[in-house]
Parts: sequence; C-alpha cells; structure tokens
Amino acid sequence: MNCEKQVAMLRRVQEMEFVAIELNLYLDTHPCDTEAINDYNCAVERLRVLVQEYEEEFGPLMHFGHGGFSQKNEWQWIQGPWPWEI
Amino acid sequence: MWIYEKKMEHPVRVCRPDVKFAKMVITQYGGPDGELSASLRYLNQRYSMPTDRIKALLTDIGTEELAHMEMIAGLVFKLTDGATCEDFKEAGWEGQYTQHDNGLFWTDANGVPWTAKYIACLGDPITDLTEDMAAEQKARSTYEHLIACTDDELAKDTLRWLWQREVVHFQRFGEALNDVQEWMATSKHMWCGCDREKKEE
Repeated sequence: MNCEKQVAMLRRVQEMEFVAIELNLYLDTHPCDTEAINDYNCAVERLRVLVQEYEEEFGPLMHFGHGGFSQKNEWQWIQGPWPWEI
Repeated sequence: MWIYEKKMEHPVRVCRPDVKFAKMVITQYGGPDGELSASLRYLNQRYSMPTDRIKALLTDIGTEELAHMEMIAGLVFKLTDGATCEDFKEAGWEGQYTQHDNGLFWTDANGVPWTAKYIACLGDPITDLTEDMAAEQKARSTYEHLIACTDDELAKDTLRWLWQREVVHFQRFGEALNDVQEWMATSKHMWCGCDREKKEE
C-alpha cells in the first residue's frame, strides 16, 4: 500500500471538490452569476479527471454504481484504508 | 438518495492521541450544536420551504454537514487511538470507556446523549432559517472554544477548517433569508403554506 501517494492524490481530489462545493453553495443563492457557473463547470471537469486518476490507482471512490469500474477479479470497494484511518 | 464518497471532505490529522481533548471534541459529534444536529436540522426543514433555491441550499448544506460529522468522528477516533482503560480514567472519561469501549457515541462534552430536542422545525421559512443562522453561530463559537483548548497544531487545522465552514454557511443562510423575504413581499398574501397557495391558483 502506497499510502503517501494515496494521500497526495486524495488531497488533489479534496481540493478540487472543495472548489465545487463552495461554488455550488454560492450558486444556490446566486443562480444568475454566469461567471460562477462557468467556474463550477470547470471544477466539475477537473474533478472528473482527478477522480478517474485516483480510482485507477486505488479503486472506486463511490459506491452504488457512481464510482469507477472495479477490477475484473477483485471487489475493490472493501479495501482499506477507510477515510478515518488515513 | 445519498451516495457515500470514500474520503474525508478535508484531511483529519492529529499530532498525538489526547483522550481529554477527545472528550471535548465529542460535543461536535452528538452535542446540541454538533454536526449531527446540523445535518438533520437542515435536511428535515427542506419539506416546508417555499422556494427551490432554499430547498437546494438546505439539501447541499445538510449533506456537507454529514461530511463534517464524519470528520469529527475521525478526529475523535484518532485522538483516542490505542487508548486504554487507564487513559480514559486519567482523562476523566471512564464512563465513555465503560459503556462504549473504543466505540463512538452521540453525546455532548458532558456525556449527555443526543436528542431531537436539539433541533427545531416550525414549518415557517423565516423562523427556520433564523434558527439555522443561530445554529451556525453556535457551532462557530464551540469551534473557537475547542481551538483555544488544544496546542495540537494538526487538530487545530481541522477545527479551523470546520470553523470556516460555519462562517460560509451562515452567509449563505442569510442570503436565503433575503430570498424568502423577497418571495413573501411579492406574494399577494401573507405566506400561509406553499401547497395551499398552489391549490388556490
């Protein structure tokens, strides 16, 4: 388990998702701010790439069909470490 | 429907275990102004809100609070990592060890279990949004008390980050309050329940 690499890749996902969360909440109360919508869409695009890179290395980030594919011979969802153990 | 993301919203780290501090932090897990209270309060208030943007905001902040609840759980987990019966006794938290061992439980800093009495839903958007704004301020103050009570820089980083989120949520709820007041001003009558108004149209 390459924990250092996992933490670093996870950190990039966390940072970009935070951008998306902040813009999401801002847009909930400023839905006509087209510049913010554009920023949100950029964050979605970048987040998608970062999540895909992370999932290829460490397995699905989400369950119930929302995460990436599991490897054919291995159910990766059950693999630790879990978030509170990192 | 909710989907779990197998990660913390923000990294949770501590320099070293500290059972005494965990005993204080637990109030943000199961205390009156903790993250469980926050999440359930907002998600439950959605059904009586009159405008779509407020329904969206309560959904989104209520969901983010679930992530904060997980961060607090992670913080308590790390602060009590490897703690023995003796460590709990020394920290004055032997009641926690007796009843829960190294498991977590929804209590405040005095061991009082979580109760639905901590949250309100009056079904009136002005009443409920001002309750939410007060809740964010109470959580902000609690985080300030916790930050003042530790010298663990890593734990402080996590708590400061959560503190900032309270400030942002307060701001967004304030904007939502403006939105609902504007909505009421443009309605023909005093607000008397959005469903009833729709039926009358």
